[in-house]
Amino acid sequence: LARRTRCCGPPRAGPAMNCRAEVLEVSVEARQVEEAMLAVLHTVLLHRSTGKFHYKKEGTYSIGTVGTQDVDCDFIDFAYVRVSSEELDRALRKAVGEFKDALRNSGSDGMGQISLEFYQKKKSRWPFSDECIPWELWTIKVNVVNLANEQERQICREKVGEKLCEKIINIVEVMNRHEYLPKMPTQSEVDNVFDTSLKDVQPYLYKISYQITDSLGTSVTTTMRRLIKDTLAL
Amino acid sequence: AMDTDLSSQDRKDLDKFIKFFALKTVQVIVQARLGEKICTRSSSSPTGSDWFNLAIKDIPEVTHEAKKALAGQLPAVGRSMCVEISLKTSEGDSMELEIWCLEMNEKCDKEIKVSYTVYNRLSLLLKSLLAITRVTPAYRLSRKQGHEYVILYRIYFGEVQLSGLGEGFQTVRVGTVGTPVGTITLSCAYRINLAFMSTRQFERTPPIMGIIIDHFVDRPYPSSSPMHPCNYRAGEDNGAVYPSVEDSQEVCTTSFSTSPPSQCVFTVTKAHFQTPPPVVTDTLKVPVMGLAFSHQLSSSRLSYQPAALGVGSADMGYPVLFAGGLNAAHPHQLIGPGKEGGVPPVPSQPAHGTQADQERMCTPLDGGHYSAATPSSSEDTETVSNSSEGKCGSPHDLLETIFIRKVGAFVNKPINQVTMANLDIPFAMFAPKNVELEDNDPMVNPPDSPETESPLQGSLHSEGSSGSSTGNTHDDFVMIDFKPAFSKDDILPMDLGTFYREFQNPPQLSSLSIDIGAQSMAEDLDSLPEKLAVHEKNVKEFDAFVETLQ
Repeated sequence: LARRTRCCGPPRAGPAMNCRAEVLEVSVEARQVEEAMLAVLHTVLLHRSTGKFHYKKEGTYSIGTVGTQDVDCDFIDFAYVRVSSEELDRALRKAVGEFKDALRNSGSDGMGQISLEFYQKKKSRWPFSDECIPWELWTIKVNVVNLANEQERQICREKVGEKLCEKIINIVEVMNRHEYLPKMPTQSEVDNVFDTSLKDVQPYLYKISYQITDSLGTSVTTTMRRLIKDTLAL
Repeated sequence: AMDTDLSSQDRKDLDKFIKFFALKTVQVIVQARLGEKICTRSSSSPTGSDWFNLAIKDIPEVTHEAKKALAGQLPAVGRSMCVEISLKTSEGDSMELEIWCLEMNEKCDKEIKVSYTVYNRLSLLLKSLLAITRVTPAYRLSRKQGHEYVILYRIYFGEVQLSGLGEGFQTVRVGTVGTPVGTITLSCAYRINLAFMSTRQFERTPPIMGIIIDHFVDRPYPSSSPMHPCNYRAGEDNGAVYPSVEDSQEVCTTSFSTSPPSQCVFTVTKAHFQTPPPVVTDTLKVPVMGLAFSHQLSSSRLSYQPAALGVGSADMGYPVLFAGGLNAAHPHQLIGPGKEGGVPPVPSQPAHGTQADQERMCTPLDGGHYSAATPSSSEDTETVSNSSEGKCGSPHDLLETIFIRKVGAFVNKPINQVTMANLDIPFAMFAPKNVELEDNDPMVNPPDSPETESPLQGSLHSEGSSGSSTGNTHDDFVMIDFKPAFSKDDILPMDLGTFYREFQNPPQLSSLSIDIGAQSMAEDLDSLPEKLAVHEKNVKEFDAFVETLQ
């Protein structure tokens, strides 16, 4: 019987693991928010997903195969590559959809940010809950613009496409630094490092959250929700 | 830690990883320029042969070309593997767009674990390559290829040649992986002039017909390998058998050492690359003469002319028949990512998924096709390869000159170097139509009217009006820029703009000139009293006439 506990109490006192943080900023039209966010999130997850592990005797394991596919954007002159996993795509679309709705309903200037955090779980003894220790955090700051006419919208399609190309290059640069990655886990530890709930691929444990900036631009108000993706139930 | 030498097993593994990494790199790049969306499936159970745990298909011809270029060697210091992506228009003009370079430098990381860390990092690098190939300008161009242009690839091994990319090209680094024998780097240098050109603009402009320019010159480097289109269009009915290029690890290092890269430029492929379902090149017919296929090609390329194609063989922009006896000897061996346990997985099958069965079915038929093709066409191969060597290079120095002469997007030097006398403008379809050349524009520097060259204008000058009146007109009003609406482009000799310029200063009406006018005025005045007298006599008639009108 696996003990189901809520993940992530605050990290206990002690030397915190270095969590690298990357921030990307984009200015988009309201209808481009979804595709722009998906492009960035999928690109990050492409680099942070492996094939499914199959452990064998003597501590060896084999790795499944990750397929990829091209995605064309409808509202942006842009295309990106994502992992071929419908489950993963659905999860990202759900999170981005909530973010987009929150942006729209906030009634503010249309500023917000969505975060993708990769973490490791560190099991603790009872009564302490397991720790979630982030090791990489990607934040995308979004500024929604309103455009007056069709000509401006057409220019925006192209400009946002070019901006996203730059973002992809930035993401790849970070990935290429080969900085800290969790060690490959043993079979008993795999759920502390990877999200093993998907059928076809295995991303590192991640969670997506978002914040909407109010019109003052300073403090964060309104919704702060967490979309927790790991094997533990809420 | 003690500086331990690489164990022989590790060394063998590393070499294998680098070799297959190079092959997969080429596949990713070429497939990203096919003009189609790529889609491969994830598979949770390891199929045994997906290198780097990524589902990247192997187009046999592409692997073949890569192996031919590598000729059994691996990227090393000073010996880089380059994939050149270029564009070729329906008129035969071609232009280099990108050079993808897989290089090795001397910086070694002796501590790194080969079978584990290096392998995983190579996998990550391939993912980065998948992402980056979609964000350079050539991607969008390649998605729209087919009617007015195609995208070609060429693989070469040796020194990187970036001169064909024009001035101001940009570089993007895909990534690096340190290994005990050196650091692998993957980068792309790409032409940026195209960044000005949105594909929208390109679609609007029809290609200039009737001007076919052959700018091909010999390539500066000797091992000139032929260009191949990234875009494959196969016939529906032709199931063709193409020998899949799969080698065992033992054979692959020796299989291509005897094949000089300049030989065998005939390749006809019908690799039909489909997006879902992801099964590629399962059957591929190789027509013996290749002519049937080239005909097929020209029908699918709407604006292509057979002359430019060169009967499908001499023209290196097209896939031509593989007369390669090179590979006939060993088309059947299997690829395996490794024989070790653990990571990477032990291969038991040659290919993943259903592709495996079908490719195996293909192989028995290879020998027949190959041996039939080789002897009969060996002579043709020689002659065509010689002629195509001359033809197939993309123009280097000449291309630089061409770009200097051109207006619009590709002008690298000041505009005043462009001369209007050049009517053969390559890549004219890329040029924005509204660029005027100030130095040659008569609106900016109007010619003196008596020295006009136009015969028409000369004949319109009456004797009475001198240059002075027209000269005045010129001084008062100088047009800086003239863009007549609905005007045709400047290539044709007489368009609305030229017409306007020629006839903008017509001579004065003779009646308005002072001398003649004064004379006739005096005469009129003198004759007035007589005329009045006549009219008074007939006043009753005039009144009656007026009444009929009312």
